[in-house]
Amino acid sequence: MSDFLFARSQMAMSLAFHIVFAALGIGMPLLMVLAEGAYLRTRNPVYLELSKRWAKGTAILFAVGAVSGTVLSFELGLLWPRFMAEAGAIIGMPFSLEGFAFFTEAIFIGVYLYGRTRLSPLLHWLAGVVVAASGVLSGIFVVAANAWMNAPAGFTFAGGRFTGIDPVAAMLNPATLHEVLHMTLAAFVATGFAVAGVHAFYLLRTPASPFHRCALGLALGLAGVCIPLQVASGDLSARVVGRFQPAKLAAMEALYRTQENAPLILGGIPDDGARMTRLGLTIPRGLSLLLGDSPGTRVTGLEAFPRANWPDVRIVHWSFDLMVACGFAMLAVAGWSVWLWLRRRRLAEHRRFLRALVAAGPLGFLAIEAGWVVTEVGRQPWIIYGVMRTREAVTPVHGIAVPFAVFTGLYAFLGVAVFSLLRGQFRETAGTVSTTPPA
Amino acid sequence: MLAPAAAISLLLSLIVYALTGGADFGGGLWDLLASGRRAQAQRKAIAAAIAPIWEANHVWLILVVVVLFTAFPGGFSAVMTALNIPISVMLVGIVLRGSAFIFRSHDPRPEPGRRHWSRLFGGASAFTPVIQGVILGAMATGRIRVADGRVTTGVFAGWLTPFALSCGVFALGLFAFLAAVYLTLDTRGEPDLQADFRRRALWSGSALWPMAGIVYLTARSGAPVLFHGLTRWWAPLLLAATCLCGAGALGGLWLRRFSLARMAAAGQVALILAGWSLAQYPCLLTPDVTVANSSAPEVTLRLLALALAAGGLVLLPSLVFLFRLFKGDGRRRP
Repeated sequence: MSDFLFARSQMAMSLAFHIVFAALGIGMPLLMVLAEGAYLRTRNPVYLELSKRWAKGTAILFAVGAVSGTVLSFELGLLWPRFMAEAGAIIGMPFSLEGFAFFTEAIFIGVYLYGRTRLSPLLHWLAGVVVAASGVLSGIFVVAANAWMNAPAGFTFAGGRFTGIDPVAAMLNPATLHEVLHMTLAAFVATGFAVAGVHAFYLLRTPASPFHRCALGLALGLAGVCIPLQVASGDLSARVVGRFQPAKLAAMEALYRTQENAPLILGGIPDDGARMTRLGLTIPRGLSLLLGDSPGTRVTGLEAFPRANWPDVRIVHWSFDLMVACGFAMLAVAGWSVWLWLRRRRLAEHRRFLRALVAAGPLGFLAIEAGWVVTEVGRQPWIIYGVMRTREAVTPVHGIAVPFAVFTGLYAFLGVAVFSLLRGQFRETAGTVSTTPPA
Repeated sequence: MLAPAAAISLLLSLIVYALTGGADFGGGLWDLLASGRRAQAQRKAIAAAIAPIWEANHVWLILVVVVLFTAFPGGFSAVMTALNIPISVMLVGIVLRGSAFIFRSHDPRPEPGRRHWSRLFGGASAFTPVIQGVILGAMATGRIRVADGRVTTGVFAGWLTPFALSCGVFALGLFAFLAAVYLTLDTRGEPDLQADFRRRALWSGSALWPMAGIVYLTARSGAPVLFHGLTRWWAPLLLAATCLCGAGALGGLWLRRFSLARMAAAGQVALILAGWSLAQYPCLLTPDVTVANSSAPEVTLRLLALALAAGGLVLLPSLVFLFRLFKGDGRRRP
């Protein structure tokens, strides 16, 4: 593999690792605050215990998210110095604002985690609210910077030079709104389903545990409210991508030919050579209907672009389908929960439903990873869409295989450590709080 | 006007990072070196002192990076290319330090099972400041050359020199000294522990003087521009003030006037960094990359200044609140 591919792999690996902790860093504080808020309102001690346990998990996840985020902020320059030399002045703005939002989050997470005995209950809860809000805000700013790479704005590019720089226009580029919306909701959905999955797992063992019941209620509530919104925001995303990044959209949908009455192709094997997708499930006119609300909508296919500007169609199309499939599977589970709730009001005793929740636990994160593959691989060969190629941005440093191997090993080690520590936390939870001993 | 202002905010963030985040690394070193009958109590005191604040302290480094690439994108790009190796190594240290610390405090097992997290935390804390000093030192050597925004001297220039290495050792010494001084206040209620950290502070504070001498001597040939900078008119004044702070810190420790010692130690570190950057000014990466020739367009700098001001309005009261809450009752850190 070339240094260029190792650089891309290192960036992809670092992002794939960090995004899990970043999403949990957005979602967990909200759950923790909801639990403590429920305690303040109902005075039910189970909610207090729940918020404490969730806060412990948040502490671990936040710390790993913070250090892996630090790595990324340096990797922008370590791996893509030519990109940063130009882009720094244009998109430094959202990064600076993100810095402050993250700063606020780090300050108040210290206050929240260690200040329980030093603050009044209300102030303590408010500190948690600040953590949750600044977590969302810092995510918004980082995603705005990424959106600029997809829909660059706020500069004039001529003769290899960037002039007329307008950082505000860059931050408010056409992709910001839909990316920010989609990612923020994704963080809530993924956290909600993952946490609900964990507590469903323990409820299968100790069905009477009030602790796990309360936990399941809150986590499933968050996930259930956000998943329909997320599907709607996905629809918005596809429309905007179609307008500003038609090559990415064509790859997502594995559409080679520009056409009206464009079909929606699910799965299948895209064949760049033959410029067609084999063995897919085709819904006639589906894509035109989805994008333009009428079968006559003309959809640009990959053939409209020089072959050198195509992303890897298979990776993008399959990742996109995976993301969408995960989304609809979660929507189905959420729908089932609503139906069960309306009919029986007893979710925690329905073992088949609990098993489905356990199975749905990882889907949110699977969808996030697949979605970022669509965003990033789908933009290739560009690092700034239509302006700078990823290859032009890469560092001249040789031997990138070494840092790639080092950081991959490091993150694998961290992943295992975090997993076993969190499992320890939940074991402890199951043993000390539930009314019946664990099986 | 705006570019120097951005450079000053960069320097201020770096100084605060050294005073807070740096001291947290120093705390890790003392965790590694904890010894005697009170070794466990020392470790506990260190962990209690840094646990609520280290994440916030760490963000100063992120602020340094973000301001660097927003205000001086060309400089950022050159530094990240020329010093790719030591910076990557520093990141490994940062990741290991932070995660080992949090893993240790959440490991449900009793102490023997946590020991490997302790070692990792201490080892990474001791190692990271050295490499940070090496990186800053390398930027001043003048061995890293840049033409047309591209580094022409490869990835080994500068940071393997005796000067850069002596800067690394000096940085570790400074952070260890700061941490020991702060810990004398954090252990106010426990005279035995306080005596332990007072002794450590006195030793490390005294060791700083010969270390600083070595940095100065190696600078003559290792960082000639910086060395020359230290012969300007303000240099003797700054040196005198720094020595006064250093002596004040040691004197305060000797007389058990720990609040005074903390103030003087923090002043000493701040003056060293300020003097360093004054001697190097206007170079970011000596000699080719300067504040002027690598700065972002004016519009970016103006917006950054606005963002820093607005961010500061939120940040400073929050930080005061954080430190009041956990370091109050005479246990405040600067």
